[in-house]
Amino acid sequence: MQAVTRVSGTAYPWGAENVDTDVIIPAHWLKTITRSGLGRGAFETVRAQPGNLFDDPRYAGAPILIAGDNFGCGSSREHAAWALADMGVQAVIAPSFSDIFSGNAFKNGIVTVVLPQEAVDRLVEVAKTDPVTVDLETMTVTTPYQDRYTFELDAFRRRCLMEGLDEVGLTLAKDTVISKFEERLGVERPWISGRADDAGLAVEGARRT
Amino acid sequence: MPSPRTLYEKVWDAHVVERRDDGSCLIYIDRHLLHEVTSPQAFEGLRAAGRFVRRPDLTLAVPDHNLPTTARTDAAGHELPIADRESAEQLAALRRNVAEFGVPYIDALSARQGIVHVVGPEQGFTLPGTTMVCGDSHTSAHGAMGALAFGIGTSEVEHVLATQTLILSPSKTMEVRVDGALGYGVSAKDVVLAIIGRIGAAGGTGHVIEFTGEVIRALSVEGRLTIANMSIEGGARAGMIAPDETTFAYLKGRPMAPQGEDWARAVDWWRTLPSDAGARFDKVVRLAASDIAPALTWGTSPEDVVPITGSVPAPDSFADASKRAAAQKSLDYMGLTPGMRMQDVPIQHVFIGSCTNSRIEDLRAAASVANGRRVADGVRALVVPGSGLVKRQAEAEGLDRIFTAAGFEWREPGCSMCLAMNPDKVPAGERCASTSNRNFVGRQGPGSRTHLLSPAMAAAAAVTGRLADVRELMG
Ligand code: SF4
Repeated sequence: MQAVTRVSGTAYPWGAENVDTDVIIPAHWLKTITRSGLGRGAFETVRAQPGNLFDDPRYAGAPILIAGDNFGCGSSREHAAWALADMGVQAVIAPSFSDIFSGNAFKNGIVTVVLPQEAVDRLVEVAKTDPVTVDLETMTVTTPYQDRYTFELDAFRRRCLMEGLDEVGLTLAKDTVISKFEERLGVERPWISGRADDAGLAVEGARRT
Repeated sequence: MPSPRTLYEKVWDAHVVERRDDGSCLIYIDRHLLHEVTSPQAFEGLRAAGRFVRRPDLTLAVPDHNLPTTARTDAAGHELPIADRESAEQLAALRRNVAEFGVPYIDALSARQGIVHVVGPEQGFTLPGTTMVCGDSHTSAHGAMGALAFGIGTSEVEHVLATQTLILSPSKTMEVRVDGALGYGVSAKDVVLAIIGRIGAAGGTGHVIEFTGEVIRALSVEGRLTIANMSIEGGARAGMIAPDETTFAYLKGRPMAPQGEDWARAVDWWRTLPSDAGARFDKVVRLAASDIAPALTWGTSPEDVVPITGSVPAPDSFADASKRAAAQKSLDYMGLTPGMRMQDVPIQHVFIGSCTNSRIEDLRAAASVANGRRVADGVRALVVPGSGLVKRQAEAEGLDRIFTAAGFEWREPGCSMCLAMNPDKVPAGERCASTSNRNFVGRQGPGSRTHLLSPAMAAAAAVTGRLADVRELMG
């Protein structure tokens, strides 16, 4: 995961409430094999409407999305976070998020910023013409004007985001305890790794450990 | 003396790598199954981060969801292309990924290929006392052999591939006890439908169920797999059944099961796993076998269960308002009216297959009903063995000839009509008697109507053209 301390730039001034995962990425995109590329399917139904925000050249490639209450509700599909990341969104600002979505967003390096409705309303206005900055160092959202909103984030998630640590990376850092466990497993339950007959199975590959 | 523990607690304790401050644990994963739908992004993640698969030897990949169940090779033995471009791509990606990362793989063209949850036990990859995961919710099936087995999401698949562990919080425990002896024509599927009908589709939420009692003990491993498979339909994280002589006899000599000295040591340990006398469960539910009849679902939730002798319930008969509304919505979708006798409902499709009911015993039960009869006019009936080995065994027993003579289609193994991801689908507005595990809206295709039931009941529906009481066709 890329370390992120600051996300700065244009923002989609959307503000819509209850944006569900079907809106973020429709179900027919789940038959894909990559996380990348899902940006093409992101907000497909919104984009089908002429004059929509996401195809407005003023906001093309914006790293920030500003939305309303309950962003990311619906199914648990991780594809929603993948789609946002793929379209270049690194931070979403909203009054509230679905738990599952914010977990998935975090796992994919997207900062979810919770701010009061008034702050979000103001940011939607500013973002129509000016850039917005989300700073994890100072835990603030600022604009070129005098706006300065502080927000909170779980300390563990903040650290993971700022240091570019992902859960896989963190667990990999525990290699010694895992290896110790495996040693014990090899003695106590040797049959776990000693699979008797693999004949007929294809096993090749340069990336074997 | 240590305090008494349940089967679940023993397996959990044996896999704790590290306890964390917040009560969660780093848990070691002994067995990881992969299929083509939920693994591609996990491999992509590894590749992007320059990581490896930590324990390919504990991993096994099999394609199943997307595979068409028509012939896979032409007369000359050449592989036939898959028409759906996206399916073909997902399947090709699995082939590429397992080759690149050195993951043991059973190819679509191998006789050992099948539905991932049929293949695991059949190959002896699934073992008692193991922790087992797969990016698929019906991984709960493997709990039938005394494994702690559950479905995970794609990020977790990646986590397991890279670290062979997961960060988990312990679940609550629930005992579901079924005592007595099953009546004439009553199968494992009827038992699990009765259980879900009783506890509800969310009844097991937050729990790991242990199925116990005389009925469970008397079941074969196949029957137990049917029951544990549907734990998830009762909302449980996983379902487990204590390993016993039946389990050991099933496993002995399977290709990936322990051999020789290892086998003896393994069995010794497995014998220590059953829940201790006096072990405490957070919840206990009891059912009497004598109350269980051949059953099926009428609605769009697996908890919508009635005996075949029953009729479509009236929404008014439900106590709470949200249930009443849900029942009305179900009936509208299913095209049924309250009070209609289940046995009067005509069907157009029959699906005998899925990881719930596609093993050899299931096919034998269906064949014994189909034998000497004909599929009713206007009914399309599919028999889809759970694996190539099940198919072979069935053919050796002549079951395929019984089915084809009766007008059933005999197909190649895969998930097939269980979910609308491959060409086998139920058209909108049509009704299917299905041995699978989910009757959700659109599960077998947009607008499809599903009735879940046992293989023998499905065969009875095929030959009568309606939902039928299998007991009237037996013996
Ligand atoms: S048979 Fe159905 S439930 Fe089982 S793994 Fe396949 S799609 Fe899932």
